[in-house]
Amino acid sequence: MSGAALLSVENAVVDLPTPRGNLRAVDHVDLAVGAGKTLGIVGESGCGKTMLSRAILQLLPKKAKLSGRVMFDGQDLPALPAEKLRRLRGRSLAVVFQDPMTSLNPVLTIGTQLTETMQEHLELDLGKARQRAIELLAAVGIPAPEQRLSQYPHQLSGGMRQRVAIAVALSCEPKLLIADEPTTALDVTIQAQILDLLAREQQRRHMAMIIITHDLGVVAGRTDEVAVMYAGRVVERAPTPSLFKQMRMPYTEALLAALPKLDAAPHTPLPAISGRPPDPTRPLKGCSFSPRCRYSAGRCGTEKPHLSAAEAPDHLYACFHPITAGADA
Amino acid sequence: MLFFVARRLLYLVPVLIAVSVLTFVIASLLPGDLAYVILGDQATPENVAALRHDMGLDLPIWQRYFGWLWQILQGDFGRSFRTGQTVLQAVSERVPVSFELMIFAELIGLAIGVPLAIACAAKAGSAFDRLMTGSAFGMLSVPTFLSAILLIYLFAVELRWLPATGYVPFTEDPIANLRFMVLPALTLALAEWPGIMRVLRSDMIAALQEDYIALAKAKGLKPSRILFVHALKPSSLTLVTITGINIGRLIGGTVIVETIFALPGIGRLLVGAIYTRDLIILQGVVLLVAAGFVIMNFIVDMLYAVLDPRIRHGHA
Repeated sequence: MSGAALLSVENAVVDLPTPRGNLRAVDHVDLAVGAGKTLGIVGESGCGKTMLSRAILQLLPKKAKLSGRVMFDGQDLPALPAEKLRRLRGRSLAVVFQDPMTSLNPVLTIGTQLTETMQEHLELDLGKARQRAIELLAAVGIPAPEQRLSQYPHQLSGGMRQRVAIAVALSCEPKLLIADEPTTALDVTIQAQILDLLAREQQRRHMAMIIITHDLGVVAGRTDEVAVMYAGRVVERAPTPSLFKQMRMPYTEALLAALPKLDAAPHTPLPAISGRPPDPTRPLKGCSFSPRCRYSAGRCGTEKPHLSAAEAPDHLYACFHPITAGADA
Repeated sequence: MLFFVARRLLYLVPVLIAVSVLTFVIASLLPGDLAYVILGDQATPENVAALRHDMGLDLPIWQRYFGWLWQILQGDFGRSFRTGQTVLQAVSERVPVSFELMIFAELIGLAIGVPLAIACAAKAGSAFDRLMTGSAFGMLSVPTFLSAILLIYLFAVELRWLPATGYVPFTEDPIANLRFMVLPALTLALAEWPGIMRVLRSDMIAALQEDYIALAKAKGLKPSRILFVHALKPSSLTLVTITGINIGRLIGGTVIVETIFALPGIGRLLVGAIYTRDLIILQGVVLLVAAGFVIMNFIVDMLYAVLDPRIRHGHA
């Protein structure tokens, strides 16, 4: 890990006790995000990407156990006293959740939910905080921002609510914004607008950003680096251009192939990934993807491949039979 | 909002009509009508028939009902044939006692139940939470007459801090009035707080699981603000409901507590009316109490709208 990274996750493991046994949601994950950089975390439902984001934010369920280090801005978050952590959250570490229908408090006005963070961290008086709230709402593209302050979340559409949630996250100029599937709950037509808004504000404010998504298309043009997660592990990590130029991990390839294509002939069946992810309470001995992988052979079923670099130093993958440039896809 | 209030007010009309019909029918179903009661068991059938005719008791029930309703709409609820007091006089004499008792009981109940509920929800599953939930359950099963006697024994007999029974109007001697009120109010509150605490606790535990609480934490808000603003406000709807129901129930007075502590409230008025078969008083008081209950529920509905903007805007 480079010492300059704003956030570095080192050897993070999240264990959840369940009635069926221990569930390892995040399995020895290493990540780093430099100041002002963007990282995309991609994977299907249940791969541990949301647990990873909650682990970074220290918002894991009470029963979950986190080990490893989460270094943010020179501080180890899991070891931080509650009060110090509180001053960091919302101030320099902000988050946008997946579902704006449930992430805003239904009984508090938009104005209250926006100004309370600024009053808490920036010590603004109510008048100044309201002024700034209006500016923020305008910046995230909400028409008539002044009137919105006295409105409640249910009076706004889903897209508008997500814009409000983004305004809340941006309100104290955080150094890092974690967007956990920020567009999954929204209409397709709104998705691109919200993603563009996030990208624009990220660049304007020089903040680092982690976008968590199940959609490789979302991270394609909008991130500096992509980490692909499967069954709690990072299975491929590379700078975005080199990942899309040459993906090495068969899972990444399958994930990309599963995206619907606009230019496909009508009624073409979607190339879905057959099978399902392994039961996280019953870890496999070999590569977790091997039962679903069409390249699986030999030691794939008996030995876990490590995440390591091969041809390029910044392109890491965990696979014994990586896809090579010449192979047909 | 005005439209919302008007619509809710309109709903009250059919409910009040239904209440008046029920009250009247039930009173009429009681065996032996007023003529027998007034004349006593020595009366001849001719005398009874004559009195029944004079009082209009031989008319069909719907005619009697509309006659009664018409009088009520003119503000005449009738007059006790025993004391000569009108229903309105009797009720307005007793209401301040029951009302004061109800207010104190509810305030004490909330003062015990709400902080305990918040503390338990914040530390759900802890030893404190389990102890308090257990005590609440235990308190629920203690009957009022038992806690009344225990409180009298402790505070009036042993410690001699407070009078055991009696009543002085607030306007005569406020201090003495409050001293008389403490024990009965506390007795009722001991039965009220467990319900308040259990309902609010479980609503708050549910609210604390919500996404918006996770976001409030992620915003770095103080734990007290998360608990009291972000979690308490959306959890308070059921609390308002049961407080409203409790108040409505206590408007009718509490027969046991008013009897034990010798408080001249609505509850004792009703019991007295039943003993003396004073049907006019009984009918009138039951109707007024039921109306009070219905109006209390209307106020609860209004409070919902204040607490939850989604109801105010007709989304829920």
